[in-house]
Amino acid sequence: MDKNSSRFTFLFASVMVVVFAVLLAVAAIALGPFQAQNVKLEKMQNILGSIGVQSESKEAEKLFNQYIKEQVVVNSKGEKVTDGVQAFDIDLKKEMDKAKTGDGDKQLFPLFVFNKDSSYYYIIPVRGKGLWGPIWGYIALKGDMNTVFGASFDHKGETPGLGAEINTDEFEKQFAGKKVFDKTGKFVSVKVVKGGAAPEDLHGVDAISGGTITSNGVTEMLKRTIAYYIPYFKSIEKRANQ
Amino acid sequence: MSTEATIQSPVVKKQKESLLSPHNKKLLSDPLNDSNPITVQVLGICSALAVTVQMKPSIVMALSVMVVTGFSNLMISAIRNIIPDRIRIIVQLVIVASIVILVDQVLKAFVYDVSKQLSVFVGLIITNCIVMGRLEAFAMGNKPWPSFLDGIGNGLGYGLILVIVSAIRELFGSGRLMGFQVVPDFFYERGYFNNGIAILPPMALIIVGILIWIQRSRNTKLIEPE
Repeated sequence: MDKNSSRFTFLFASVMVVVFAVLLAVAAIALGPFQAQNVKLEKMQNILGSIGVQSESKEAEKLFNQYIKEQVVVNSKGEKVTDGVQAFDIDLKKEMDKAKTGDGDKQLFPLFVFNKDSSYYYIIPVRGKGLWGPIWGYIALKGDMNTVFGASFDHKGETPGLGAEINTDEFEKQFAGKKVFDKTGKFVSVKVVKGGAAPEDLHGVDAISGGTITSNGVTEMLKRTIAYYIPYFKSIEKRANQ
Repeated sequence: MSTEATIQSPVVKKQKESLLSPHNKKLLSDPLNDSNPITVQVLGICSALAVTVQMKPSIVMALSVMVVTGFSNLMISAIRNIIPDRIRIIVQLVIVASIVILVDQVLKAFVYDVSKQLSVFVGLIITNCIVMGRLEAFAMGNKPWPSFLDGIGNGLGYGLILVIVSAIRELFGSGRLMGFQVVPDFFYERGYFNNGIAILPPMALIIVGILIWIQRSRNTKLIEPE
């Protein structure tokens, strides 16, 4: 057959596409479990990062089990949910999407509790939008459920050198010591302030130059996601006061 | 991509030659110096700027490019006589893209942290001019084995420059090599600072420029007649 005839061209293209599709599908299925394990370990590393524990991926699982004593699932009313849902397995994106489909009251939120020297730290997963794609992270609150202990952020594809800077230590360590409630007990979250936050500002950190949309995304993400947990925190406080 | 077709016209020898004959060895060694893809052909510069902040990702990137150039050359060369002319670029793209996706998946499964650092640049090997350039200029007109060597050689030539540039940038930018600190604390205490520009992309361009300068001044073949 003439290799330049239309028939052969079509035949060649079809066979080639099928062969490579099969090849790639097989590879994706075979390597899937390894990749899933990596994602899980990375999540553990990120959670540990928010309480200032740096870990290599090899030891992440061990450290995670050592530090994170309790994993809590709370619903939007602030009640603990105990029917077999693992906090670690909750996909925050799916839970947030529930609000769009009218299932807002069925939302479940994971909370990780870190216990050190009889004081508790609450690690809240946060998720929002950057400029190019999702941004997410973990913010750890001290036992008073007000003071930020630490934070770690990550992103899918923010601009390197600009928005992507949110996962650097310089940006993350600014959050330590900030407060999410003001003096009157009103929830104000922590804002990322363009042009730099005043040093005495308890609710603001410096934004990233050139990364305004990502910075605003961080502000929005913190305000919205931390708010999900307020009912639960209130209920703990009430119990503590009784 | 088009400029290099003139640099190396495909040479096909009739008689059977050994696997590593002088001619074949030249295919491997030429891209290291005389026809280096980065410093002589000036291809693949974008990724060379982006991934050379540290040595580890550079080495992984170099190996990835080597696998892609080698195997895409091999496969295209093996089927070069049945590829319909009209869709030859598409066929090349499909093969290159598939190999790149495979490499990316393997990296994600086994060296996840490096794969995150390289992020989009592994995917962008598809558009790396070296790959398509070698397919068009060499693999379409040569037998599989020499094509494979040519691919590996060009990957090596690319990798060599990447490793040199990243070693210089990591040493001056972070005081480390392969992630291990080499500049002693003593220096820092005496007021030594890491060079901030070394970790930014412009420094890669400057170093590549200096490498081209050094290479041209030493390699007489590259000196253009006045």
